[in-house]
Amino acid sequence: MGDAIFSAACHAAGGLVLLLMGGIIIGLFLGGLPAFRAFGPAFLTSTDWDPVRQVFGAAVPIYGTLVTAVLSLVLAVPLAFGVAFFLTELAPSWLRGPAGTAIELLAAVPSIIYGMWGFFFIVPIMAQTVQPAIIDSLGELPLVGMFFQGPPFGTGIFTAALILAIMILPFIAATMRDVFLTVPAVYKESAYGLGATTWEVMRGVVFPYTRVSVVGGIMLGLGRALGETMAVTFVIGNANRITTTLFGSGNTIASLVALEFGESELGSLKLSALLGLGFVLFVISFIVLAISRFLLRPHSVKPVAAGRAAAPRGGPNAVVAKV
Amino acid sequence: MGFLNTSLAVAVGCALALPALAQSITGAGATFPSPLYQKWSEAAKAPTGVTLNYQSVGSGAGQAQIRNRTVDFGASDAPMTDAQLKESNLLQFPATMGSLVAIVNVPGIADNQLKMTGAVLADIYLGKITKWNDPKLVELNPGLSLPNLAVAPVYRADGSGTTYVWVSYLAAVSAEWKEKVGVATSVKWPTGSGARGNEGVAGTVKNTRGAIGYVENAYATQNKLVSTQLRNKAGIFITPNTEAFVAAASSADWSAPNFAANLIDTSGPKAWPIVSPTFILMAKNATDAGKSAAVFKFFDWAYSSGGKLAEELEYIPIPPAVAAQVRAAWAAEIKGPDGAPVWPIK
Repeated sequence: MGDAIFSAACHAAGGLVLLLMGGIIIGLFLGGLPAFRAFGPAFLTSTDWDPVRQVFGAAVPIYGTLVTAVLSLVLAVPLAFGVAFFLTELAPSWLRGPAGTAIELLAAVPSIIYGMWGFFFIVPIMAQTVQPAIIDSLGELPLVGMFFQGPPFGTGIFTAALILAIMILPFIAATMRDVFLTVPAVYKESAYGLGATTWEVMRGVVFPYTRVSVVGGIMLGLGRALGETMAVTFVIGNANRITTTLFGSGNTIASLVALEFGESELGSLKLSALLGLGFVLFVISFIVLAISRFLLRPHSVKPVAAGRAAAPRGGPNAVVAKV
Repeated sequence: MGFLNTSLAVAVGCALALPALAQSITGAGATFPSPLYQKWSEAAKAPTGVTLNYQSVGSGAGQAQIRNRTVDFGASDAPMTDAQLKESNLLQFPATMGSLVAIVNVPGIADNQLKMTGAVLADIYLGKITKWNDPKLVELNPGLSLPNLAVAPVYRADGSGTTYVWVSYLAAVSAEWKEKVGVATSVKWPTGSGARGNEGVAGTVKNTRGAIGYVENAYATQNKLVSTQLRNKAGIFITPNTEAFVAAASSADWSAPNFAANLIDTSGPKAWPIVSPTFILMAKNATDAGKSAAVFKFFDWAYSSGGKLAEELEYIPIPPAVAAQVRAAWAAEIKGPDGAPVWPIK
């Protein structure tokens, strides 16, 4: 009897998740349907977002979402790598615990806090010190210059990517640290025994051994960066334009939906366009996950098995799942 | 048992007594007048016995909620069109008025020093004036030394009634704005950077050298922001203050259908040019006459006794003559389920 109830409850829970997923996708798609019908494929390629003329194109927020997410990875991954390597190989053992916990706590800060902190502390620094200096120096150069021009608002694509980088850093760093710990000591000791330097051990032993899980951690960070709303809304500048300059204002899908939702009338084309944007974001996130799965697939057999056997803390995949 | 009987009797007594003592009404919509509605709600509780539960969810959501009749009244900054009102069988009347000011961050420029015209503001927001020492600005401000600094226009990124009023003004004074950008709660801004809410606009203007933005006057005075003078339709430069706002309210034409008076760029010589009423929406076919009567009781009190509170928060009270017109509309337009008018309350 107990077994039957337990089994039924588990099946129901599993089914409910699938139902919810399906419901959300279908709901968003149906909600966005009037906009998809009205604009066709141009909904994805048009940069025109004009509530007055009831023309809605998603290209600007899609561009902003992808650029900020990728840029934040560019900033966060090297930093996360350094943090994880420091914590596993270089830091004195008394520091590893507290520093590791501090990194994990970064992940627990609500995104609205990052947004307000970014707006009131980072944006003024960017506007008054960082951006004017860069605009006056790099902005004058040929070719590269176009990425660093414009008025120093302090907000914009670059600031948003910076805040995002800080937000996704703990996810990537914690994953990397945990998977670095799974490298069997005997591998590293052998390399050191052969005369390898710390960097050579990292590059030649630790990194190849954990590559798959590191990619997994990065994808987790990317997933978070794509959907982040509040923090980005505060600092991105909220302009529906595509600019080449990193200091220019932009918009992301999540931010645009959050901003415009309140004044969208029920049944209006605008609301439909916003729901359609939600559907697009869902699809983008899905594609990112699918790519990460695809990347993980061919390499995943051997290291995972080895990791499971050797590491006392669980294999790389288990660690990724935990984070 | 005795205890149960007593408490039952008390409970029944309370249930019977409550409607007479306190009535609660629900409203939803515009965020701009929300601080005033909260204040009125506290102050009106004792004299009227009406408790207002107001959700500031945005004008669009307020319109949707009263259309679906999920609240006792909706509130909207932008007036609904006559066709929309007829379709949803709604009555629209003004509750209070507010004004917008331009705020700037230019080194060496103090509060209300800079002189502006609507055409210049439109040119700035169209991206045609890009430097603070542009000849047009220098010509208006012969006494000031304006720096060679980039103009950074800041706008509300969230859809808002504030934006609606601001772009209404720009459209009224600039044909090019009207044609190229138009009027809505959010528009396709040709230039500049967006920020969230009044506090976001104020913060961005404070942070950015050369920035210009627009906020509600109450917000500008409370936070000691640097506002500007503005030339009105009569050609006179006006400093934003209560006197100038009231002048705009009294020079408006309130006989417009559905009280949708246009207070933008009015012709009074002392009138501040960017003033706007905010509206209440009510069902003409009241399903619950008691609730509608309570809403009337509340706003009747607000018209006659809420003016001082409104002025304290830098809103502009509805002139008594207009309030009389509104009460007449209540009596004529809103009927209970039995077909009898809800106002005046018997």
